[in-house]
Amino acid sequence: MTTAISAHDVVKTFGTTRALDGLDLEVATGEVHGFLGPNGSGKSTTIRILLGLVRADSGETTLLGGDPWRDAATLHRRVAYVPGDVSLWPNLTGGEAIDLLSRLRGGLDERRRAELLERFDLDPTKKARSYSKGNRQKVALVAALASDAELLLLDEPTSGLDPLMEATFQDCVHELRAEGRTVLLSSHILAEAEALCDRVSIIRSGRIVQTGTLAALRQLTRTTVIVSTQQPADGLAGVPGVLRVEHVDGKVHFDVDTDHLDEAMDYLAPLRVTSLVSHPPTLEELFLRQFGESVEPVEPTDTESAGAR
Amino acid sequence: MNGLLGTASLLRLVLRRDRIRLTVWVLALVGITAASAAGVASTYDTAVKIASYQRNIGSSPASVAMAGPPVALDTIQGIIVYETSLTVLIGVAIMAAMTAVRHTRAEEEVGRTELLASGVVGRHAGTAAAVIVACATSVVIGLGVTASVAAQDFGTGASLLYGASVAALGIVFAAIATVAAQLMSHARTATGATLAVLGAAFALRAIGDVQGSGLVWLSPIGWSQQVLLFDGDRWWPLAVSLLVAALLLVGAGWLTTRRDVGSGVFPDRRGAARAGRSLSSPLGLAWRLQRGTVIAWAVALVLLGLVFGSFSEQLENMVEDNPTLQQYFEQTGGSVTDAFFGTALLFMGLGAAGFAVASALRLHGEEGAGRVEPMLAGQVSRWRMLLSPLVVTLGGAALLVSLGGLGVGIADALVRGSADQVLRLVALSWVQLPAVLVLVGLAVLLLGWAQRATALAWAALGFAVVIGWLGGLLRLPDWVDGLSPFQHLPQVPVEPVALAPLLALTLLGVGLIALGAVGYRRRDIG
Repeated sequence: MTTAISAHDVVKTFGTTRALDGLDLEVATGEVHGFLGPNGSGKSTTIRILLGLVRADSGETTLLGGDPWRDAATLHRRVAYVPGDVSLWPNLTGGEAIDLLSRLRGGLDERRRAELLERFDLDPTKKARSYSKGNRQKVALVAALASDAELLLLDEPTSGLDPLMEATFQDCVHELRAEGRTVLLSSHILAEAEALCDRVSIIRSGRIVQTGTLAALRQLTRTTVIVSTQQPADGLAGVPGVLRVEHVDGKVHFDVDTDHLDEAMDYLAPLRVTSLVSHPPTLEELFLRQFGESVEPVEPTDTESAGAR
Repeated sequence: MNGLLGTASLLRLVLRRDRIRLTVWVLALVGITAASAAGVASTYDTAVKIASYQRNIGSSPASVAMAGPPVALDTIQGIIVYETSLTVLIGVAIMAAMTAVRHTRAEEEVGRTELLASGVVGRHAGTAAAVIVACATSVVIGLGVTASVAAQDFGTGASLLYGASVAALGIVFAAIATVAAQLMSHARTATGATLAVLGAAFALRAIGDVQGSGLVWLSPIGWSQQVLLFDGDRWWPLAVSLLVAALLLVGAGWLTTRRDVGSGVFPDRRGAARAGRSLSSPLGLAWRLQRGTVIAWAVALVLLGLVFGSFSEQLENMVEDNPTLQQYFEQTGGSVTDAFFGTALLFMGLGAAGFAVASALRLHGEEGAGRVEPMLAGQVSRWRMLLSPLVVTLGGAALLVSLGGLGVGIADALVRGSADQVLRLVALSWVQLPAVLVLVGLAVLLLGWAQRATALAWAALGFAVVIGWLGGLLRLPDWVDGLSPFQHLPQVPVEPVALAPLLALTLLGVGLIALGAVGYRRRDIG
């Protein structure tokens, strides 16, 4: 696989704050890569380093085969960027801002521009100062999506968009992927990442704590099972990997570490299962496990995971 | 009075945010007044000198236009008022206008008013807090002025009246700015409109004072100067100031209740759906963002030039009537009109520098607002990002001094019936540009290496304006005067155009810009 973005052991400090603390990130060409983490974890700093706006103190970063700091202006021909908090020139109209931003990058697809304005329901004749946050976001999205960039860096691009527009955005990203373009999508909206991303990297305090496909990441966590059996399942709590066993309305609810799932099933089978519902961990649960509880990062077992070198 | 609920808390917020800014305003204006009052007192320390001042300067229309009503010039106190009042009056008006807009429309524009308005805060509380602070600061400056001139044997009554006249103008302009902040949906336009009123007030009183006509009563500056210190000591003109201010504030309050938070009374118009051809580069954007400012400055400097130029004939007559002056000008080898043109061109240079420093620092504001990042995310190098707007800055400055010179030349041609000076004045106006370039260079240097200290560029400009305006009055050591780049310019047209200092200043300016650009390339953005 060719890599669109590769960062290795990147450190960036602002005064005494260590914004990035040995960050490793690998994004393959043609994939939609989710970049997840709580506020202030270093997502935006990483993207700004990739854009050459901020210089890393140490570490190696490659963007589309070039040095994002040294080759900034030439690389940007092939890159489109949507910031998380779009600020526009108050006395320019939305349409003018779209044209300006596109021309600075090196042009845009006229047909696509018109189509995107339609799809995002954006009035290009209004002055930017009268736009709401969502509308300003749409301006940056239209400018980026109407470009022919190979790589799109999207920093929380849907903040402020309503659910309808969020769906439109997701359609657009699916189209980008079908065209073989690469997307780095920073987000804290997990449903969005689940719907769009081939792989995700989770960042915490300036370090990537987990990377992998969603399937691989799910391997690292627990599955929730709701089961009813003809014979009482009293010994369930003793099965390795089984946690939080609760009896509710004659049914048994429990969580099981995904790699012990077969042992739990072996235990249940002889008890004559009458119904069974199980669902894999959502990204939400993954995230909570990572940040909500003070659980140390689970060492990845998958070769594709964490800081692929 | 539910509308004023929460004013006290907002007042504390405004004071907390502006404690340094307002302190600097007070110290600067009071300091300048105290220093120049002392300077005047020691310059004209004999009855003979005072009599000669009254004969020569006090009777010159140009000086009356720039200073105010020439009353009581047979006393040193009268001369002090004549020499110092306009500086502190204009200063206090600008302070009040900027403070009032900064805490009303500017806050509303960035959306912070909305955040506060959702709390237990009355509709008028924000405006009230801003007005109270602007007015209170005006009063403090007035008291400082009172103390400064009391030290020059003004007596209690006259000292207080002088201070009150200064405070009153601040209060009027706080009120004008508050109305502008209601009408305009943009802080920049609100401040601009208020400063345009200040310019008109200056022009009306200048014409009124020269003609000795009632035109001065149309000008807020006129009300403050018509107290006629040491020639009647009238308090009642200040009642006009306060009454007008009160009416304007009531009007502003009424406007507040008639509009939505976030919008002005004048609504935004729709604009083009597509960008014009020129709007496709940092240069095109810089021109688009600044063309309004350039046009406003151009109008102001042309008008100022016309006012200056129209005095040229009167000046010549004045010298012919006055053997002492005639002798003086024969000795120095220049003509009185040339000396006067020199001053006019210096003012054009300082005006252009005001535009240029604001224009060069615009990039700092753009970066703070997060609008530089998306541009650098395009195919725009740091060099281009920094240097493109400077084309507008320096081109604009050159245009402005030329237009100022043209204004002086045209008015001169009209009053004298001969256009022989027009081209000469336009050409000589360019002598000012190297000094403007140095101030721009300082701004760029700060942008590249010390973003947080960009206010220093404003300080340098303010210093140059004070030195240029008050000149020798302050009696500063030569090396301190020499910190203003304008002090190194040849004093054309009295002196010949000396290339060496112009070249040196140009090299310094270019060097500062280059150094700043190196820093800008290396540093983090945002």
